[in-house]
Amino acid sequence: MTDVIDPPVIVAPGAPSVPVVHEHEEHHGPEEHGPSGILKWLTTTDHKIIGLSYMITSIVIFYLAGVMALLIRVQLATPASSFVSFQQYNELFTMHGSLMMYLFAGPFAFGGLANYIVPLQVGAPDMAFPRLNALSYWLYLGGSITMLLGFFVAGGAADFGWVAYAPLSSATSSPGAGADAWIMALALTGFSAIFTGVNLVATIFYLRAPGMTMWRMPIFTWNMLVTGILILIAFPVLTAALVMLFADRHFGTHIYTVVGCHTTAFAGHPSVPDPNACGSAVLWQNLFWFFGHPEVYILALPYFGIVTEILPVFSRKPVFGYKGMVFATMSIAALSTGVWAHHMFTTGVVLLPFFSLLSLLIAVPTGIKFFNWIGTMWRGQLRFTTPMLFCIGFLLGFLMGGVTGVMLAAPPIDFFTHTTYFVVAHFHQVLFATAVFAGFAGLYYWYPKMFGRMLRDNLGKWHFWIMFVGFWLCYMPQYILGLKGMPRRVAVYPSNLGWQMYNDLSTVGAFLIGISFAILLWNLWISWRRPVPAGNNPWDGHTLEWFTTSPPPHHNYTHLPPIRSERPTWDYNHPDALVISHGRQPGENGHSNGSSRNGHSNGSGRNGHGGAPGSPAGVGIPTGAAAEGEVAPT
Amino acid sequence: MKTESLFLIGIGVFFAAIAAIYWFISYEDGGGMMLLGSCLLGFLPGFYYFYWHRRFHGHKYFYWGKLDRVAGDRPEDHPDATMEDGAGVINSFPGSSIWPFTLGMGAFLLVLSLVFGTWFLPLGVSLMLFALIGVTAESRRGGHV
Amino acid sequence: MFASVSAVDSPSGSSPTRRGTLGSGRATPRRASRRWVALGAVAAGLLLGGCQLPTFGAYKGVTTQGQDSFKLWQGFFITGAVVFAIVFFLIIWSVFRYRHKSDEIPKQTQYHTLFEIIYTVVPIITVLVMFVFIFVTENEVDALNAQSVTVNVTAFQWGWQFQYPGYDVRVLGVELQDPTMVIPAHETTKIVLRSADVVHGFYVPEFNFSRYALPGVTNQFDLSPVTTGTFRGQCTNLCGLYHSLMIFQVKVVTPSKFQAWIHQQQNAPNTSDSIAAAKRQIAQGNLK
Repeated sequence: MTDVIDPPVIVAPGAPSVPVVHEHEEHHGPEEHGPSGILKWLTTTDHKIIGLSYMITSIVIFYLAGVMALLIRVQLATPASSFVSFQQYNELFTMHGSLMMYLFAGPFAFGGLANYIVPLQVGAPDMAFPRLNALSYWLYLGGSITMLLGFFVAGGAADFGWVAYAPLSSATSSPGAGADAWIMALALTGFSAIFTGVNLVATIFYLRAPGMTMWRMPIFTWNMLVTGILILIAFPVLTAALVMLFADRHFGTHIYTVVGCHTTAFAGHPSVPDPNACGSAVLWQNLFWFFGHPEVYILALPYFGIVTEILPVFSRKPVFGYKGMVFATMSIAALSTGVWAHHMFTTGVVLLPFFSLLSLLIAVPTGIKFFNWIGTMWRGQLRFTTPMLFCIGFLLGFLMGGVTGVMLAAPPIDFFTHTTYFVVAHFHQVLFATAVFAGFAGLYYWYPKMFGRMLRDNLGKWHFWIMFVGFWLCYMPQYILGLKGMPRRVAVYPSNLGWQMYNDLSTVGAFLIGISFAILLWNLWISWRRPVPAGNNPWDGHTLEWFTTSPPPHHNYTHLPPIRSERPTWDYNHPDALVISHGRQPGENGHSNGSSRNGHSNGSGRNGHGGAPGSPAGVGIPTGAAAEGEVAPT
Repeated sequence: MKTESLFLIGIGVFFAAIAAIYWFISYEDGGGMMLLGSCLLGFLPGFYYFYWHRRFHGHKYFYWGKLDRVAGDRPEDHPDATMEDGAGVINSFPGSSIWPFTLGMGAFLLVLSLVFGTWFLPLGVSLMLFALIGVTAESRRGGHV
Repeated sequence: MFASVSAVDSPSGSSPTRRGTLGSGRATPRRASRRWVALGAVAAGLLLGGCQLPTFGAYKGVTTQGQDSFKLWQGFFITGAVVFAIVFFLIIWSVFRYRHKSDEIPKQTQYHTLFEIIYTVVPIITVLVMFVFIFVTENEVDALNAQSVTVNVTAFQWGWQFQYPGYDVRVLGVELQDPTMVIPAHETTKIVLRSADVVHGFYVPEFNFSRYALPGVTNQFDLSPVTTGTFRGQCTNLCGLYHSLMIFQVKVVTPSKFQAWIHQQQNAPNTSDSIAAAKRQIAQGNLK
């Protein structure tokens, strides 16, 4: 395999018939003959580079949307502020929501982290369809640019909220090109998400390493599988709904519009009033939320997966209740598709008990997850590194958001909190806890794997604590505002109702969050200028990605450990600390050569030990033919 | 394959139940159709996987007799598989390719034409056609640029 | 510039309600649910232990419907607080109790079937009990009973029109003029809610109630205020540029004062515009 394989057929690592790539030779893979520089990024089909592209783009989007949030908070700091105009305010919160929901939280998880991590975690050389994967990214980038272009057209960006309720989004009420840009941006990113969903499911079903049965997949991979299925359920509905919205706006259909219904004007035939041509405004809400609620879990499940990866590693225990966790994920996903109309309780035209009961039931699997997370930490040895702190922040924040979510599942309570700041606080806490706390936990956790260098722990802790305080200060007053009756999406509010103090607290909190993200930038910059090498396995990780080098070579693995449980790298490094569990003892025939592993059993193997064979930090592990013995025990 | 197929068939069963409950309480078209579609989304690939699961185990099509649990499992479905079991060709992966970028930018220009004016349209469509031809030719050649 | 005025208007008649196709959960007037109401009241009383509880930030509710919602809120707040406290304590306990002390690898426990069953079954039971309370309360809140007064409320960009079909009275106001809907206390008023253009939200915080005004859909609900006073209402669903300014007032007066107000309005000169005219005025920028 020192020669370029043409066509580039990937051969299983450790296959006896093929000599494995040695460390000093690994640059002679097929990648060597590909282009370099900017062309390399344009032409790559490597899931790692595509994943990084996704992450970088989505984090840029996140910062943009965060700045918009700060502008919104400045506007609301005083009751009758004229910091921005009504029109600009409507554009700001629409784009803040759209960027965060469609272009950051989802793509960061299933386009970025999942793209990078899932093939590594199942021991695959790449995603199942690498070129489709690249296409996903380019569509996503095109969609992002299209949406941002909305700011530069006459009439400004879309201004009807990220939910685009018809008929406010019709050509009569929102005639500008910004609205069309919004629709088309979502159509593009919708296709991008569908392709990624297909890719994830295919990768997980077809490219797992030998021994990596479904019930040994890491929870992150499980969650990404379920997310992939949810994407396939939800996103086509959104795309179809958007096409119909576009047809309403430009081709004279009346799918969502009710007022002023006319038959379509064809050449030579003027349009005439026709009551039968009237559409239904509720139809948009039904379609949108059939996408929109699964979307919320498309945004949440990957982040649950991240937390489920990080908590066991820093508790030095297996994830508690692995199977329960998987079934909880499936139940959440399944129930999430049957609760869409809990966003429409106040429409008066939905089936309240059905949606209320299913919404309440989601609390059960979510509760199971919570108790499993706590059970994972229980009697562990918790190390409070930055990723772990972010996970604790996630647990507390999501707990608050989840409890208020159960309240909102009760229609009578929803009647007086719906579209007020109570709901704003609820979903911001949920989404901030998942996409930001857990998302950036994932960034801190996998950054060493992606770049072979550490992020500074002390700066990370500053980031965490400032963000943590900002989070509670920003969103808790909003619950009170909501209960006092402040509607969402208002640019001004009366000064005589005592709302200003709570808004000011919220604004201060928002700026604290902003400061904390400046620290993250500084941290990234420092790690880039003065790198601290990470080694292959800085956290004493459990899953397969910590077995390979940091960053992983092209096509990921030259060797794989035997996979006998859902944490093969841990089993490899700690052969005497296997899971106490019923059923099969993992790794029972995995470690025949029994080479010394540098005292991992007393836990000193924190930094870089026990990595992949052939890595600089790997200890006592032979390369070449001897390594065959590692992966192919007799 | 068995877990995969049961996973997908489970999706189908769940949505069949929910769709039936929802439809017969509400008679609402939109949600009913979407739930039915989701049900098919589970069943179609689920039974496809199940079919292959049965084939792998030496059974012709849907044969409901006793299974030989081990013989036909893929290495990734076999709990005791070693890396040797997975030896051989995994898949053919394309190397670097400019065509996804070309196709993506073509689609980008195509939607820009719907927003900003039709003069983007020929550019976008020609880029997409170009990319489709390119990617097909590339696949025939074996994956290199 | 035109003032918030009220006038006689030829009512278009309160057409029979066109309900959404989904309405079976709350569609019909539920006189039959009296038993449920009674059961719910008893259960709520038991749950709340005498109702001498703090408001937990919410309004107590000016209407009987709002008060029912408020009681549910109290129950949910307490349940939520208990759940929050338990889980919060467990997290904090794990964090402080099990922080890194030695390099010993802890016991690698992965399953504990009993605990897993307990924390699956207990939440299911809790949730089902909560659902019973929700079901009872939502039927109370959504019940349509015999009403003495009907108000046709029409929301439009950006203002409100309140029309009293039995009395030929119409109140219309836009943006900052805060039109006032007058309704009698101790009686049940039926609100028939429509939208003239986009989706709006009829929301009166102190009534603990809101409902969308949807184009093409006629929503009906009852308000049974028990105290008099003036209460603030606002559009809650984003409806375009001046969404923030779409404020109205609800004035609850005694029945006799209500009748007096009606007579006064009926005798007042007709100076009000139609909704279409008001929207034309707004479009021409005559309001700012």
